Amino acid sequence: MNAPMVTAPWIEICALGDIPARGCRVVQTERGRIAVFRTVEDEVFALDNRCPHKGGPLSEGIVHGRQVTCPLHNWVIGLADGEATGADKGGVRRFPVRLEDGRVFLNLRHIGKEEGRS
Amino acid sequence: MASQPKQRLVVVGNGMAPGRALERLFETNPDAYEVTIFNAEPRVNYDRIMLSPVLSGEKSFEEIVIHGDGWYVKHGVTLYKGAKVTTIDRTARTVTAEFVPTGNLGHKPLEPTVTVPYDKLIIGTGSNPIILPVPGHDLPGVLTYRDLDDVEAMLLAAQGKGDAVVIGGGLLGLEAAAGLKEQGMDVTVLHLMPTLMERQLDPAAGHLLQRAIEARGIKVITRANTRAILGNGRVEAVELDNGTRLPATMVVMAVGIRPNMQLAKDAGIAVNRGIVVDGSMRTSDPDIFALGECAEADGQVFGLVAPLYEMANVVAAQLVGDGEARFRSSATATKLKVTGINLYSAGDFAEAKDREEIVLRDATRGQYRRLVLKDNRIIGTVMYGDTADGPWFFDLLKRSVDVGDMRERLIFGQSFAAGGIPLDPAAAVAALPDDAEICGCNGVCKGKITGAIAGLGLRSLDEVRAHTKASASCGSCTGLVEQLLKAQLGDAYNPAAVQPMCGCTELGHDDVRRLIVAKALKSIAELMQELEWKTSCGCAKCRPALNYYLLCTWPGEYVDDSQSRFINERVHANIQKDGTFSVVPRMWGGQTSAKELRAIADIVDRYDIPTVKVTGGQRIDMLGVKKDDLPKVWADLSAAGMVSGHAYAKGLRTVKTCVGTDWCRFGTQDSTGLGVKLEKFMWGSWTPAKVKMAVSGCPRNCAEATCKDIGVVCVDSGYDIHFAGAAGLDIKGTELLGHVATEDEAIEAIAALAQLYREQGRYLERIYKWAKRVGPETIRQQIMEDGERRRALYQRFVFSQKFAQHDPWAERAAGKDAHEFAPVADLTLRAAE
Repeated sequence: MNAPMVTAPWIEICALGDIPARGCRVVQTERGRIAVFRTVEDEVFALDNRCPHKGGPLSEGIVHGRQVTCPLHNWVIGLADGEATGADKGGVRRFPVRLEDGRVFLNLRHIGKEEGRS
Repeated sequence: MASQPKQRLVVVGNGMAPGRALERLFETNPDAYEVTIFNAEPRVNYDRIMLSPVLSGEKSFEEIVIHGDGWYVKHGVTLYKGAKVTTIDRTARTVTAEFVPTGNLGHKPLEPTVTVPYDKLIIGTGSNPIILPVPGHDLPGVLTYRDLDDVEAMLLAAQGKGDAVVIGGGLLGLEAAAGLKEQGMDVTVLHLMPTLMERQLDPAAGHLLQRAIEARGIKVITRANTRAILGNGRVEAVELDNGTRLPATMVVMAVGIRPNMQLAKDAGIAVNRGIVVDGSMRTSDPDIFALGECAEADGQVFGLVAPLYEMANVVAAQLVGDGEARFRSSATATKLKVTGINLYSAGDFAEAKDREEIVLRDATRGQYRRLVLKDNRIIGTVMYGDTADGPWFFDLLKRSVDVGDMRERLIFGQSFAAGGIPLDPAAAVAALPDDAEICGCNGVCKGKITGAIAGLGLRSLDEVRAHTKASASCGSCTGLVEQLLKAQLGDAYNPAAVQPMCGCTELGHDDVRRLIVAKALKSIAELMQELEWKTSCGCAKCRPALNYYLLCTWPGEYVDDSQSRFINERVHANIQKDGTFSVVPRMWGGQTSAKELRAIADIVDRYDIPTVKVTGGQRIDMLGVKKDDLPKVWADLSAAGMVSGHAYAKGLRTVKTCVGTDWCRFGTQDSTGLGVKLEKFMWGSWTPAKVKMAVSGCPRNCAEATCKDIGVVCVDSGYDIHFAGAAGLDIKGTELLGHVATEDEAIEAIAALAQLYREQGRYLERIYKWAKRVGPETIRQQIMEDGERRRALYQRFVFSQKFAQHDPWAERAAGKDAHEFAPVADLTLRAAE
């Protein structure tokens, strides 16, 4: 089901342990920074590091469950779907990440709205 | 035009009204006239209204100067000080002045008189005080109250203390009485009428005023008719009609003023009660204007500043050719300038058949408000006590606004009448139209909120905030939003139930704190497990709160969870809207040095920091630092001896100080030293919300200690400790915690107070909100009266500081949390391949 995007290469970015649990690290790319989150359950998710509200750096937010709270105005963004939760409306681009043997791999082809979670 | 010689404008009198006219003239056309001013007083233009604070010692003459010597030089004005105009020759179009002999005139006049020609002349001779023609009125020691010379004479006479009798219980008389009392005299006010200030106040307010004046130790005798002033070569007593004799070493006559129009009269200009002017402020001679207290416009003479300034505007406009400018007399407002007595009056408040009145009284608190209405419009107001709404009432009066819609709330003032916090909240909110704005911050109207409550089935304040943003910013409209919920949901809305910390639990803040101790919970994971948190790892609301509660309860044991810190506390800098950070190093007590400033300057250059700003807390903010640069910036600051200012922390921020006895001629204690000691002792402590402090070296309070979370005001006998002030979303003066004699006692009480707040305050609850919740008196009792409790609190604070005082910047510059400050991977090169 990931067929349209596997054309871009998977890039190994770090070890899982490089990202704090309930935390985040950023990856610098030509087109800005991507936030790579690690939940308390050791799941990883990657989102554009820009809140859909006012562009706040989501990587600096508090991670709780499968959500992150933006540090600027407290929008809560779902890590899995990139969508604002609650009454707020807006979404942020997602990128496929996967975990293999404790290593984190990122794919720079972002996921469109029609596709599921990576 | 430029080649034409300038017109010559001569001004007789250098008071406030001509001063204002010239200001306006220079603003609109600085080059139109060559200006000459004659001032019978040997000085520049000053604010006569502020003479009372000079008399009471609250201000110096320099502080009330309106135009210093430089102003006259700048505008090319020739000012003759101490020169009294004796003649206006309207045929020759000249004025002649003679120099008033005076001891302190800067130069000796070469000629006894000076004559100056004019094209346009302004007469602003003001008024003279009325001297009652009673026997003895010319005895030495009988003074008037008009100008600085009078004030200086009074101050001189007051040095011998003794008894002062002020004749006249009007505005000036009362201000003089209060000033003389401040100077240490025994003062009696004699007033002919039954109540004080009867021209500005109704009898009820007059009585309140009398009570307040008497409470300051000033004796007031009303219906007092002075028969004679007695004395042998110098004033010794005042005798009343009824035979009463009052001893007096000084008598001040403040019974009224009379326009000073002799000069104009001698020149053949039309006079009546004052110098008669038309709407353009011209006298019977069209080249001669009159303004100020000497002028009679519209059959009236004026003594308050507002209409006099209005006259000045008209004269200035006429002088530059605006023939349309017209003076219209309008209602004026009066305020008494006696510190601690607030009264305000405006308009017409006499009773009459076609008038209605609205009165609010609270005798025990000394509050009185009266509005006089005619045809649903305010025509007069008298206020005593809380006069903050005076200008608002006056505005409604001047604009003749129909107040029918808000009549029932009107008397309570602007915030009530305009829908801020209504008197009967439910009814007032229900009465608001759908388009009434409820939340000013987010621009949310009533209809949007009620629509969301009904349409989305909202049941709580939090839900309304989430969906409409109403009351989600400053929160000052929370009460209104709750009223709307109540009106719509009825009993289904129950705000009295314990507010849960957040959606992750049913427990409130206080329950959680209690259970942390009772169950000895020592980590966030353990706490969530034991207290049956509904989410896997909390949310952005509860996690920082829990982290703080655990840290405060178990100093030295609990390991700080940086992932539960808001970003600012996690990286020890303040996040900005663009994702960069601001960095504020500590400047102990607001003091810095050349070395520190040089280091800051170098760092700003080195890291290309776009903005450097001085903060309100007496230190320097570097804004726009890139996150990756933070550790390097800190390393450089550390090298220069600077540490984190915790400007990002729910913790001790700044201790603002004044220079105290180090430099200040008024300082009573070493306020800077105490501020530095407090800051060095308390820095690094985490608190429920930020704590801002200040130490002022004397009651002038230059460090503004009385709006801080904790403030100290030094006095001769020691230290007044204040707390629970606010100057942000809310503005609130502090409560007095108590007075102590020594610095050590002050430090102990302050640390104990901080610890009590650390233990009882809810996360994000500032000290003033905590104090409001638990009651300032219970706090005062625990700190100031229960010595054992105070010492125990102090000891706990000292213990907790052992683990708190590590400079987070130095630690991070040395490599701690390095992962925070750099990307985990850089794919830019890879992508470029």
